[in-house]
Amino acid sequence: MPSLTGRVRAGAARAAGVRAPALAATLACATAALGLTGCAAEPDPGTVTVLNSATDTAEHTANQRFFDRCAAPLGVKVEQISVPADQVASKALRMASSDSLTDILELDGSELPQFAQTEGLRPLAEAGVDTSGFSASATSLGSYDGVQYGVARSVNSLALIYNTELLKDAGIDPPRTWAELRDAAKKLTSGDTYGMAFSASPNADGVYQFLPFFWSAGGDEAELDNGKGEAALQLWKDLVTDGSASKSVVNWNQQDVNDQFVAGRAAMMINGPWQVPVLSAQKNVDWAVASIPVPEAGKAAVPPIGGTVMAIPKNDDTAREKRAAALLDCLNSEQNQLQWGESVNNVPTRAAAAQAYAAQNPKLAPFAELVETARSRTAKVGTGWPVVGDALAGAFQSVLTGRTSPDNALQRAQQQASAGK
Amino acid sequence: MTTITSTAPATATGGTSASAHRAPRGRRLLRWLFVAPALTYMALFFGYPLVNNILISFQRYTPKTYFTGEAPFNGLDNWRAVFANELFGDALWHTLLFTVGSLLGQFTIGLALAVFFSRRFRLSGLVRAVLLLPWLVPMVVSAVVWRRILDQEHGMLNSVLHAVGLVSADGVPWLSSPSVALLSAVLVNIWIGIPFNMVILYGGLQEIPRDVYEAAALDGSGPWRTFRSITLPMLRPVITVVLVLGFMSTVKILDLILALTSGGPADSTQTLGTVTYQLSFLQLDFGQGAVVGNVLILISAVFAVLYLRANRADFGKGK
Repeated sequence: MPSLTGRVRAGAARAAGVRAPALAATLACATAALGLTGCAAEPDPGTVTVLNSATDTAEHTANQRFFDRCAAPLGVKVEQISVPADQVASKALRMASSDSLTDILELDGSELPQFAQTEGLRPLAEAGVDTSGFSASATSLGSYDGVQYGVARSVNSLALIYNTELLKDAGIDPPRTWAELRDAAKKLTSGDTYGMAFSASPNADGVYQFLPFFWSAGGDEAELDNGKGEAALQLWKDLVTDGSASKSVVNWNQQDVNDQFVAGRAAMMINGPWQVPVLSAQKNVDWAVASIPVPEAGKAAVPPIGGTVMAIPKNDDTAREKRAAALLDCLNSEQNQLQWGESVNNVPTRAAAAQAYAAQNPKLAPFAELVETARSRTAKVGTGWPVVGDALAGAFQSVLTGRTSPDNALQRAQQQASAGK
Repeated sequence: MTTITSTAPATATGGTSASAHRAPRGRRLLRWLFVAPALTYMALFFGYPLVNNILISFQRYTPKTYFTGEAPFNGLDNWRAVFANELFGDALWHTLLFTVGSLLGQFTIGLALAVFFSRRFRLSGLVRAVLLLPWLVPMVVSAVVWRRILDQEHGMLNSVLHAVGLVSADGVPWLSSPSVALLSAVLVNIWIGIPFNMVILYGGLQEIPRDVYEAAALDGSGPWRTFRSITLPMLRPVITVVLVLGFMSTVKILDLILALTSGGPADSTQTLGTVTYQLSFLQLDFGQGAVVGNVLILISAVFAVLYLRANRADFGKGK
């Protein structure tokens, strides 16, 4: 059915002009201008552009150093376009509609399927990127429908971070099972200090923190009401009703959780390695990292894998794609990955680099182990993840606030998730 | 008497509409030329997005659309999906409560303060300046500060209330209980909106001639009677402006709620604004997001029409 919007006309012009790229570009450009979508200037052949979320000055500069190092042998420059993390996707879409997408697109792993589905990304194998030797979880993070579109330089996950002094004073070892966790949290709660802190906010932070419990219990994101995930909801609920965790967890994001821990108001917390710079900079609390407790002793923890992946948008100019591919290969050399991982406290994705990382950073070694069994949020449900994540958030929020029982909550969540399809 | 030649100024005599008819083509064109920039501006920046948003709500508009340009029409699918979503009904109800609650609070407190400050006394200017502060603070900053104040365990509000014996040691779960969170959001929004109401109403009060009050005083009218029979009626046009503008900015509220509660706990503070954000920018279902956006536009439009009618009535009375 024909449409009247300018964007659609621009798209049609682009589609029609595949065999005559130059003409098509001009045509699309003119129509796009009419349709108010704007039009990019002809890209500079000597510059590779990257869209990412490195708005933090330190991160931006560090990033640029790695880019420059890899771009120099290719005889090109790299220009980063950095926008806040929650705006990368919408910015990329706007750029795509005006045919001005960057040569490299760095997305959050959970957003990759939405972009891969558009067929606007070049499969890495086609682009000539070396995809061998990466950890299975990292490969899964960058894949959609069995094809790898994105490569992660480093990944992160969640672990149990604890106050060594408080645990020592109470004569408690870091808990390894849920029963131990509940017990330890109870014993560590006194006065102004809660035994345990976690984020149960109704957004990505809370969902990310709920997953290690949900998955370790046997929960399934494609079938939320399979009867296994209830145990995880019950555990969270118990921690709050025991008084071992604050009722405010339904409001706390991961940053708030870290603030509570640093202020000495929580003896243990669930958090990720991105908090390490803040934790290391403060002097009041001694901390250490342990693996996430599991339902029963002997089981392996199943935490979520997180991080960004770099993808190559399809480009009529294959030379640009080739250059982007060469850049990705260089950024992901063992040495560069290791150095990058250390600068952002995330675990490198090449097995050898990850081992070296764990050996050089013993304090963060648990993270290096965790990412081996970590699971990608989108591996099973792909583009359905945002809806599923939302349904899960609804479930733990309504259980923690006492609105419904765990099994009711997950049944309802499954209905929501399938209605959203 | 009305012999208008083509060279005579068109506005010399007669009604403007009559002379416009007879104005030569060149002049009419010139007039349109003066109006054209405004019309173009309106069409580009208001008309185009509006029409586009309505179209998108009938299309399957996904991330793929941005790459391929294909957005097939899917009839009422988006509308059906949104109306079938339980969250939409809840959000509509929350938006209503939030808007009415915020307006009532902002307006009554703003009016009370405006009346209070319309008398001259020492330090009045200073206190008024301090009262403007909430307006100057960016919304997200206010929300973050209020999150700390409203924290159940360590928040200032609960410790003050506990100190004066109004609440137990547990405190009020301002943001962590679904039955209280919406009220907390309303309270914060009232705090943010008071300065706006106060400033506009204060301006309106200054316009009321002093002698009317003097006459009332001579007639022996008390303060309440003066307020009801003089202040309120003479303030009516300003009140309409304040309420309509307040309504428009409250009904679409997004940033305050996102920063304060992210729509939680248990969806108790989801409004039409947060739902459309969630659908469009988190789930990237732009079609369904546009549906909720259109509902918001429709609600605002109804009030805009009411506002225009109220204004026309005022003009009709020769104001």
